Amino acid sequence: MTGTASVGWIDIVVILAYLFATAYLGWLGYRGTRSAADFLVGGRSAHPVIMAVSYGATFISTAAIVGFGGVAGLFGMSLLWLTFLNIGVGILVAFIFLGEPTRRLGHHLGAHTFPELLGHRYQSRGIQIFAGVIIFLFMPLYAAAVMTGGSVFAASQFGIDFEVALLIFALITAAYVIPGGIKAVMYTDTLQGFVMVFAMIFLLVFTYWSLGGVTTAHQTLTDLSDLVPAPLAQIGHQGWTAMPAFGWGATAYDLWWTVITAIVLGVGIGVLAQPQLVVRFMTVRSRRELDRAVPIGAVFILLMTGTPFVVGSLSNAWFAQQGPLLRGQVVEMIDADKDRALVELMQQGESGAWSPVINPKTQAPARAALIINARETARTADGETFELVAGRSVAATYTKGDADRIIPVYIASALPKWFGVIFFLALLAAAMSTMSSQFHTMGTAAGRDLYEQMADRGGHREPSILVMRLAVLIGLIVAVIISYTVRQEYVVARFTAIFFGICAASFLPAYLGGLFSRRVTRAGALASMAVGMGVSLFWLVFIKAREASAIGLVQWVSGGKTSLLADSPNWPAVDPIIVALPAALLTLILVSAFTRAPDEAHLRRCFPDRR
Amino acid sequence: MIGIDDPLVLTAYLGAILMAALGLIYGLVRRNAARDEVTPEDRLWALDEKKVDDEI
Repeated sequence: MTGTASVGWIDIVVILAYLFATAYLGWLGYRGTRSAADFLVGGRSAHPVIMAVSYGATFISTAAIVGFGGVAGLFGMSLLWLTFLNIGVGILVAFIFLGEPTRRLGHHLGAHTFPELLGHRYQSRGIQIFAGVIIFLFMPLYAAAVMTGGSVFAASQFGIDFEVALLIFALITAAYVIPGGIKAVMYTDTLQGFVMVFAMIFLLVFTYWSLGGVTTAHQTLTDLSDLVPAPLAQIGHQGWTAMPAFGWGATAYDLWWTVITAIVLGVGIGVLAQPQLVVRFMTVRSRRELDRAVPIGAVFILLMTGTPFVVGSLSNAWFAQQGPLLRGQVVEMIDADKDRALVELMQQGESGAWSPVINPKTQAPARAALIINARETARTADGETFELVAGRSVAATYTKGDADRIIPVYIASALPKWFGVIFFLALLAAAMSTMSSQFHTMGTAAGRDLYEQMADRGGHREPSILVMRLAVLIGLIVAVIISYTVRQEYVVARFTAIFFGICAASFLPAYLGGLFSRRVTRAGALASMAVGMGVSLFWLVFIKAREASAIGLVQWVSGGKTSLLADSPNWPAVDPIIVALPAALLTLILVSAFTRAPDEAHLRRCFPDRR
Repeated sequence: MIGIDDPLVLTAYLGAILMAALGLIYGLVRRNAARDEVTPEDRLWALDEKKVDDEI
């Protein structure tokens, strides 16, 4: 709808040059010191910048940049609370309070995967297998989010079909992760991190500059609150620099519950129990290395999440000021002084006559709020004359309501063409660094935590490399199938939030209990994980309307309703984490209180430094 | 302030920057505060990790 998307030979050369550089760096690393483990074996220290940027590049993916950036374009700057938590919880709390205990416990117990850490801590093969199953089953959902984010951008930037972009993206990913890219090559991660940093700084500075500076840009966005699309206003959207309306008991508060529970809390807290991030702490050399990584990690995450959330929101101001002109017929004036009106959008046919644009979802003429710039007389196909207005609207109008396309369309429309290629490389970098750790985690979950534990009934056995590679391949295929099949509203952010929420509810109480409490029991941990996952899944399948209606089981059970609580406003918008995490925590405490305390000798092995 | 009227959104905007600043201060203050030693146990763990990495 906007921009002149195409793929030129210069684009292809730049992308190939970047891929070769990444491959070359990976190969150099392959021959020498390459992973955090190598640094440790050699008794050397990875530079804190490398450690922090490598962690950050794993943390941040296309899901954060394209998915959540697009959600910010739709819902506004209230998403900055997620940036606040990403730094406060994902970096400060994680590195300062969890990093060292995780590292020590992992090394004391000889654990190399997250399920292994839990399994060894609680002396339970069942816990290890259960955690491995959760990771193997749900990680592809997150990988699909990352893949969709990258493919949506590539499709917009280079003017190709989403399916073609997805295929290319999947092939690049396969080429990267299958032959050896899943090794945690820290230098490659770091190169990818620096590409992301450059792209984000340029994107932020350019956006503020093009809108007249920080305050002017924000003020312009604040003044657009009367252009909020009606469906969003009805669920509590009050403008892109305002929080959604807060309250309980009416659908007018749904947006607040969606933004705060699903996006801010689900992802903001969920990061603490991300298996692929937790294992990173074990590869760190010392507490000092963790401390030194905090400042770089904090600034990196500020740039990586703050920029897309701010730019996503501000894209509305850019489109309203400088976006392509839209044309149509005024239906209703919103503000006559500011010349803002609700307009029925129209397009000109080959004969020169104007006809309405039909909304494919509703099959009715598409309407949008416009800031009117020009008026002229035109005629319809029937020869009737009418006043045709031309004006600009907010981002969602240009992407037909698809949040996942807001950042790609903004970049294709507003930024220089060369930047689109750089940004694509940044997304490729973000995707590769995250996906390599996702597939590594899936592979080890299948090989070490499932196959070895189940096939050998706990006896020592060499890891099955074949099983790991097969798991990586299966995970990749499943992720591609999910990406290809599921194309719904802001699906990238939703898949990410679902995975983060399930991890938080299933793992967080048992993980924290395992690190800090001597009283948490094996039964308590296992029950907590089962309750966390069970409640999360029940909520997703039967209560949370958006997911439940897509899965379809709830309609069958309730006779067509989209949620078992469809008649109780706001409940269908509440994220599972709000119910599942407290339930899991309570289960951990109660079951631990009534079951036999762990063996003292084992506790001394877990915590030799404590009395 | 800075064109954002809603105090909660403004708090999130400035709070995110403040969190990053806190991280910077923490890093500076704790730069050399913690011990930096690799124990034999750490090295054993890393050797095992490297083995799995190499195999995969």
